[in-house]
Amino acid sequence: MVDTVDRLRAADLTLAYDERVVTRSLDVTITDGSFTVIVGPNACGKSTLLKALARVLRPRGGTVYLDGAAISSYPSKHVARQVGMLPQTPVAPNGIVVADLIARGRFAHQRMLRQWSPADERAVTEAMRQTEVADLADRFVEELSGGQRQRVWLAMALAQETGILLLDEPTTFLDLSHQFEVLDLCADLHEAGRTVVAVLHDLNQASRYATDLIVMLSGAVVAQGPPSVVMTAELVERVFGIACQVIPDPETGTPMLVPASRARRKGPLLTDSA
Amino acid sequence: MTRHVVVRRAGIAVRFRVRALVVGAVLVAVALGIALVNLASGDFAVPLADVVRSLAGQGDAGTHFIVHTLRLPRVLVTLLVGAALGISGAVFQSLTRNPLGSPDFVGLTVGASTGALIVILLLGGSGVPVMIGAVVGCLATSAAVYALAFRRGTQAFRLVLMGIGVSALLEAVNSYLIVKARLAEALAAQVWLIGSVGGRSWTDVAVVGVTLAVVLPVVLALGSHLSMLTLGDETATVHGVRVERSRALLALSAVVLAAAATAAAGPVAFVALAAPHLAARLTRSPGPGILPAAAMGAALMAGSDWVAQRLLPDRDLPVGVVTAAVGGAYLTWLLARSWRRGV
Repeated sequence: MVDTVDRLRAADLTLAYDERVVTRSLDVTITDGSFTVIVGPNACGKSTLLKALARVLRPRGGTVYLDGAAISSYPSKHVARQVGMLPQTPVAPNGIVVADLIARGRFAHQRMLRQWSPADERAVTEAMRQTEVADLADRFVEELSGGQRQRVWLAMALAQETGILLLDEPTTFLDLSHQFEVLDLCADLHEAGRTVVAVLHDLNQASRYATDLIVMLSGAVVAQGPPSVVMTAELVERVFGIACQVIPDPETGTPMLVPASRARRKGPLLTDSA
Repeated sequence: MTRHVVVRRAGIAVRFRVRALVVGAVLVAVALGIALVNLASGDFAVPLADVVRSLAGQGDAGTHFIVHTLRLPRVLVTLLVGAALGISGAVFQSLTRNPLGSPDFVGLTVGASTGALIVILLLGGSGVPVMIGAVVGCLATSAAVYALAFRRGTQAFRLVLMGIGVSALLEAVNSYLIVKARLAEALAAQVWLIGSVGGRSWTDVAVVGVTLAVVLPVVLALGSHLSMLTLGDETATVHGVRVERSRALLALSAVVLAAAATAAAGPVAFVALAAPHLAARLTRSPGPGILPAAAMGAALMAGSDWVAQRLLPDRDLPVGVVTAAVGGAYLTWLLARSWRRGV
């Protein structure tokens, strides 16, 4: 019906919480097989868009399409076998152990009388292997460190075995090594054939890992494409309001952002006060 | 260490936690054991062996009359009401993610009481009409709480707070009705309000039994939805739970169970609150399992009734006095302990 062949896209999307309209008439397509990273200043609607794509938030107007049909037209468990999402701050009930939490990720694959198939067993074991949480299986979720907990939540999302995985700020609250651990895992998943969409704050990490960058400002998509094309000094200044240079990352060659010095950003004011 | 047993046969594949299975079986055994003792004891003691023989249909006529006609309805009502309250409490506590989110606290039993009091005191009814009054009162109250708390989807804390508000209102109505009544009627109403299983008939057994038979399969079928809902609405939706629909069905089931239990035995206090808690503690699981909570509820009720029948030599205490005392003590201990831990 439309020229796009991508599985997940949104057309003419208006998203709002009660009275506050976050985005108006937004069109966006998630490229199949991409590692898409969504960036933008706080409150630009990144997380809201992600929630709409995972049909957690019902749009005020417009439609999210999955495989050519409105996502709301499918049975909810069908969608849950195609699109997974890890919320920014998921909550676990007190007293739940890691293995039990991850096993709940199989809900969409289970039926009333067929609750624990060999496929469920395999998916959970594989998810725990990929995220390296097998050793934590019998620990309580609340006693884990932030990095361990994030890997457990990722394992639960992986156990869901969806072709498309949406991650809302998966690296927030993690120290640097754990941030890269999570990003490497996302890259592995992407290389294994999944479409991964993540909201990130760090533009240099976004440029390193993304195959497709979506830049948002005040509820609108202002640029989309490979980081090497999209990430320019002009765009960063326009979107984040900060002067900077963009140079090649010495490690990877991807765009790397170097913000202008405080003096250069606020020059006159600073010299005056001295 | 959590261990599971998986049963896979003829297209059915279910997984149980071993600990939950064992605890559930032990609780069922305890409940049935106490029930047998209750059948054997009373004004006229019957040896346990004769009770069992009579239950199997082999006793003499006298024993049969005592066991089947006089005592069995009461004992069955005790077990069934306990199970219904345990399940109702387990569902509410999971839905609200709050240990106080039991039917006692969200206004349901108070609403049932108002319905019953209107029938007893204003319409002069007794027996079946009182049960109908309780059920109608309970359903009307829950509909009102749900409607008042509903705003673009329900949120657990709004339900609990609204329930507490509506309870306070209905408590005032109940007090007004009792104060206005004549002494004998007020006394009858007061006994009903404490919660009692004395002199129950097969009608009461049928009301709770049939309700359980209809509602329990629904709750069990939605059991996995219930545990997904404890992960929050967002995560549940992502995993394919139709959150509002599942929650409404589960809440309705819990309301109907509470209504039937209250209709049969009056607002028996604290069983719905304590049974799921104790069951979760014994099974060491994050949430109250439905069947362990049911078994615990039945055991608690049977045990409380055993105590109630023995506490005063010449009087049959309403079972609600014992459950309130035991449950109140338990709640106090629980709160004191968690505060000391700084939770």
